[in-house]
Amino acid sequence: MEDRARTLARAAELRAYFEQAGALPVETPVLQPAELLLDLYGEDIRGRAYVTSDALRGEQMLRPDFTVPVVQMHMSHGAEPARYTYAGEVFRRQEHDPDRANEYIQVGYEVFDRNDPAAADAEVFTLIAGALSGLPLRAATGDIGILTAAVAGLNTTAARKAALMRHIWRPRRFRALLDRYAGRTPVPPTRDALLAEADPLAAAGPVIGRRGRSEIAARVAVLKADAAAGPISKHELTALEALLAVRETLPFAQEQLRDVAVDLPQITPALDRLEARSAALAARGVDVDSLEFEASYGRTSMEYYDGFVFGFYAEGRADLPPVASGGRYDALTRALGDGAEIPAVGGVLRPGLMLALQEGGE
Amino acid sequence: MTLKLGVPSKGRLMDKTFEWFDRHGIQLSRTGSDREYSGAVEGIEGVSLVLLSAGEIPRELAAGRIHFGVTGTDLVHDKLPRWEQQVEEIAPLGFGQADLILAVPRCWVDVDTLDDLDAAAAAFRAEHGFRLRIATKYHRLVREFLMDAGVADYQLVDSQGATEGTVKNETAEAIADITSTGETLRANHLKILSDGLVLKSQATLWRSRGAPCTGDDQEVMADFLRRVDH
Repeated sequence: MEDRARTLARAAELRAYFEQAGALPVETPVLQPAELLLDLYGEDIRGRAYVTSDALRGEQMLRPDFTVPVVQMHMSHGAEPARYTYAGEVFRRQEHDPDRANEYIQVGYEVFDRNDPAAADAEVFTLIAGALSGLPLRAATGDIGILTAAVAGLNTTAARKAALMRHIWRPRRFRALLDRYAGRTPVPPTRDALLAEADPLAAAGPVIGRRGRSEIAARVAVLKADAAAGPISKHELTALEALLAVRETLPFAQEQLRDVAVDLPQITPALDRLEARSAALAARGVDVDSLEFEASYGRTSMEYYDGFVFGFYAEGRADLPPVASGGRYDALTRALGDGAEIPAVGGVLRPGLMLALQEGGE
Repeated sequence: MTLKLGVPSKGRLMDKTFEWFDRHGIQLSRTGSDREYSGAVEGIEGVSLVLLSAGEIPRELAAGRIHFGVTGTDLVHDKLPRWEQQVEEIAPLGFGQADLILAVPRCWVDVDTLDDLDAAAAAFRAEHGFRLRIATKYHRLVREFLMDAGVADYQLVDSQGATEGTVKNETAEAIADITSTGETLRANHLKILSDGLVLKSQATLWRSRGAPCTGDDQEVMADFLRRVDH
């Protein structure tokens, strides 16, 4: 099905197309230091990437994507603004589905530009949509920035907001925390018992390991403060749930989100950005009236997206991964920038899947 | 052709397995010297014994190089990600019971659930600049369990033995290991998280779904299955 030579030829065409749009072609090593990827993604990345090692350099990973090395390269010596394109293999460990490729060609386009993020979002989306034109695909869009704004503005303790923010990309844990903070699930009896004790550390026995007595005491204090804090109001919770459930074409989604903003006014600036993006997309000829928008979209991908997110899916082929996907990752530039940061947005295509779909359609 | 039965090559697990088969009218024995890994089967025709390390039996089953094998549920689940498609569980053997659990120092009075572990891991990383270390040899099982529970900011460090000692030695902050009575955990000042049961394991007889079985072997297979099925 995926003839390698033809996939490479298609990848080269796509890269030339992005070069024509103003991108500088770049290459990155296949072997990436594992430490950085583990720092960013945590242990979960081991289930997704191939790890190898040698005695000199320690653990290395076969490049699971280009974004991280391209961001690193840009942050260390890139000009501003910058547009990059690349084409090459990425490697994804597959442990559950033998039909999913563990090695495939990706072509990408990344924009680092401080001016007009809405226009940059629209630029990436429309260039990728243009490369895909003619294929039977459905576009999905979302915006992680609306959700983070909603959480940041909740009327609750900073510790709770930090915990929710940390788990935005783990929907189940996020939900469990929210239920706890809203008083919908009871506090575990062991915690009640702990907090009822005059000196919780009295019966701790010998303190062993690197996590010391002061750290244990500090968390007990955090738990006490949390127990003393009131629940997140029903009012805010209902609004947050309404937000998470928004799934509509873009104009209706915007309308529903403006309704939510009556109760969660903190999302208003994010909604203004969403509107600016809609206008920028429309200006580039995208039919925004029929574009799907899903407020929870992009939360389960193990990526670093924190604003606009999008994906293109084969119609009626739920078994296939997205043919293209991307989004805004300003926070990643901060994480890798060593004090510097720059707004950034990008996306990737899979030429092998594009060819397969094209043949399937003929 | 004969059907191949893979059995752990030494220790209590081998003895108990021999006893179990004996109760089902199949006599297994080691032959030759104590150091030679070959065996004999009596009481059924067309089956040969292969003595292997318990840790290698899942791989041999998955590759179809043995038709049957005895090994722990923990090893099958950890080493074979698609174990349901690769092997079939024929009979739990009723011994070798052990639970794969997550344990933390008993002095962590603030940590009783995975939820607590996650919060403690976040604070630990902020304080120490590295992710909280969990020592284990069951990497895939533990990683999937923690991913499912939404625990972040931890790292797995490999420990092939004396795992309970890693916390005191400060090479890990928590452990995931097999325990049967919890005695070793208590002796090393550790406690099990209340929702920290990753897997309940026991010695089990498995059938490979991929091992070739044609002609006369099919009859032997049916006979073998009848014998072990009661």
